[in-house]
Amino acid sequence: MIERGHHDMGGLPAGKVEPTEHDYAEWERRVDAMSMLMGAQGVTVDERRKNIEMLPPEAYDRMSYYERWVVSLAQALIQRGILTTAELARKMSDVEQRG
Amino acid sequence: MWSSVVEVKYKVGEKVKVMKAYPLGHVRTPFYIRGHVGTIERLCGSFPNPEELAQMRDGLPAQPLYRVRFLQNEVWPDYRGGPADVVEIEIFQHWLEKA
Amino acid sequence: MSDRGKYRPLSYFQLMEVTLRELLVEKGLITEEQVNATLEDMRRRTPERGARVVARAWVDEGFRKRLLENGSKACEALGLDVPALKLVVVENTPQVHNVIVCTLCSCYPRMLLGIPPDWYKSRNYRSRMVREPRRVLAEFGLEIPEKMTIRVHDSTADMRYMVLPMRPPGTEGWSEERLAALVSRNAMIGVAVVQRPATS
Repeated sequence: MIERGHHDMGGLPAGKVEPTEHDYAEWERRVDAMSMLMGAQGVTVDERRKNIEMLPPEAYDRMSYYERWVVSLAQALIQRGILTTAELARKMSDVEQRG
Repeated sequence: MWSSVVEVKYKVGEKVKVMKAYPLGHVRTPFYIRGHVGTIERLCGSFPNPEELAQMRDGLPAQPLYRVRFLQNEVWPDYRGGPADVVEIEIFQHWLEKA
Repeated sequence: MSDRGKYRPLSYFQLMEVTLRELLVEKGLITEEQVNATLEDMRRRTPERGARVVARAWVDEGFRKRLLENGSKACEALGLDVPALKLVVVENTPQVHNVIVCTLCSCYPRMLLGIPPDWYKSRNYRSRMVREPRRVLAEFGLEIPEKMTIRVHDSTADMRYMVLPMRPPGTEGWSEERLAALVSRNAMIGVAVVQRPATS
């Protein structure tokens, strides 16, 4: 159950590959951009990958690619003390109320 | 580039075995290849250890990274394809043993 | 999960993105200008960059050799800005077909090919390409004959990969620009080949 990471899927049975593509939304591109900018400040892709790997399996499967990456970036920033949970809570609440 | 140097142990063409170990943390050696024997295809260079970078440590000293080639019909019991088909994977030296 | 449209309330994740950006800007760690400049840079990185490299390799034997030896250096010599990209270029031949996957996440030569398509990041592709490449390629409409060898490259560490497809017949004397236009992103991942141009 724990020896194999949920992300470590090479060789597991799976379905037909659907050749879907989508035009990436601005918010998704901004996740990439912020990840790159913070990468230049030492927040490594390795930390962000580790955070994705630690997502609960159901969350991993149900979240889209950029949903996983924005969450992993947030976790990395909290882990490094760049942001705190409290700051995140306050700002999320403010943004949501602004509409 | 990085100050202290880890000795490069394996040569191109040499047979190596991937450690059959299932540790915790961030691991970039895929589950499906652990315990398998392959051949060194090339030395990619030495890089900071991603297992350590993921934990916000510097991953130094840089570790030798190789591309290792495996015969598909040795990796998968039910492989259907050509007898010379291969899978090639980047593996860090500390995951490899002499075969 | 699909994108949310402009007129719907923000999803939890879109809210997270706005929140992170505002906090990071407030703390002086990034600026909106930097975000926009980065977005611009990202937009400019399209598969056409990779196609240029392929076309050059097709017309210039010396370049092809250098590309296969050290992908990043060769791209830089071509004037392509590929910072920190450690590129390995693998060459298709009449005997060997190459295909790229990242089973662990979705590593991809973004500096050269842009953002990877959804399917490349999907569970099904990541799980099956290493184990049954011929069947997955067939799902893309590519049949590789039994007598050919398939090399699957699993992008697990610092290297990034691009396939150098075979130059199709019927293109003798073509300009690099015309050749590059034939090269699809899928051919550079290895799930397609470059087709012989339709004769007019």
